[in-house]
Amino acid sequence: MTFEQFIFYLLATIATIAGLMMISVKNPVKAALWLVLAFISTAGIWIMAQAEFLGLVLILVYVGAVMVLFLFVVMMLDINMAILKEGFTRYLPLGAMAAVAIFALMYMVIGPEHFGLEVTGSPVVHPANYSNTEAIAIPLYTTHAYAFVLAAVLLLLGIVAAIALTLRRRPTTEVRYQDVDKQVKTLAADRFRMVKMETVIEKDIVSKEEDDK
Amino acid sequence: MIALSDYLIFGAVLFMISMAGIFLNRKNVIVLLMSIELLLLAVNTNLVAFSHYLNDVTGQIFVFFILTVAAAEAAIGLAIIVLVFRNRKSINVDDLGSLKG
Repeated sequence: MTFEQFIFYLLATIATIAGLMMISVKNPVKAALWLVLAFISTAGIWIMAQAEFLGLVLILVYVGAVMVLFLFVVMMLDINMAILKEGFTRYLPLGAMAAVAIFALMYMVIGPEHFGLEVTGSPVVHPANYSNTEAIAIPLYTTHAYAFVLAAVLLLLGIVAAIALTLRRRPTTEVRYQDVDKQVKTLAADRFRMVKMETVIEKDIVSKEEDDK
Repeated sequence: MIALSDYLIFGAVLFMISMAGIFLNRKNVIVLLMSIELLLLAVNTNLVAFSHYLNDVTGQIFVFFILTVAAAEAAIGLAIIVLVFRNRKSINVDDLGSLKG
């Protein structure tokens, strides 16, 4: 076994164990953390397949943003964990059977007799100064420019949808809102009244004290 | 040298685990969403492996777009979960049967 294979199988084992732990632990926070481990080891495998940019994006975007979002939501909700794990053992035989059956079917297609090294040949190994980021960027901004713009629109849609869904307008009896329109339109005459009064001239302090005596 | 079938089998194992997760965690919407994320990761691993062996970068561009879609999907899914929890004080899937589907 070469060093490369050792690293690959190590990362694959870690990702598999992390995936199994993710679907079996009771606590959703722990599940999210196991999923982070699975993402990180898979990112390592992607980097071994010379997809360096995507491996790093997986860590930055998934571990850094999406999983933190998951953790935020899990911690915001008050979840009854005992109820959520009910039926786990009931569905275990069925779930395991379906999973193993699908894996067996997949193995028949993607096993070593169809996609082994002697069938596919060795992949092209790029030199150390090869830029994977550049190789992705050039077709992304030329051939796939339209799809790239659509992806940007999709992200904007995600922002708008998430904000619109969770925005909560509480009634004005509960919270006071700032009405900018009214504030701008307000004139000095509406809230400031000039009052004419008779002037009263007070005595100075020294003569006042003398009067008191 | 790592064979292409190794990458594909690794993707299949991840796919199998997350599919079993969808079967087993039928009560917890959050773990269901996490299983879907793992499912997408397994598919992306296949695309990256094929891109590596065919020496064609298009597969990686596909992965790039799938990551974008998955991020948007996770954000909207979690927003929906927050909304459901605010209205029903529970995210148990069995409590969400008001559509009688």
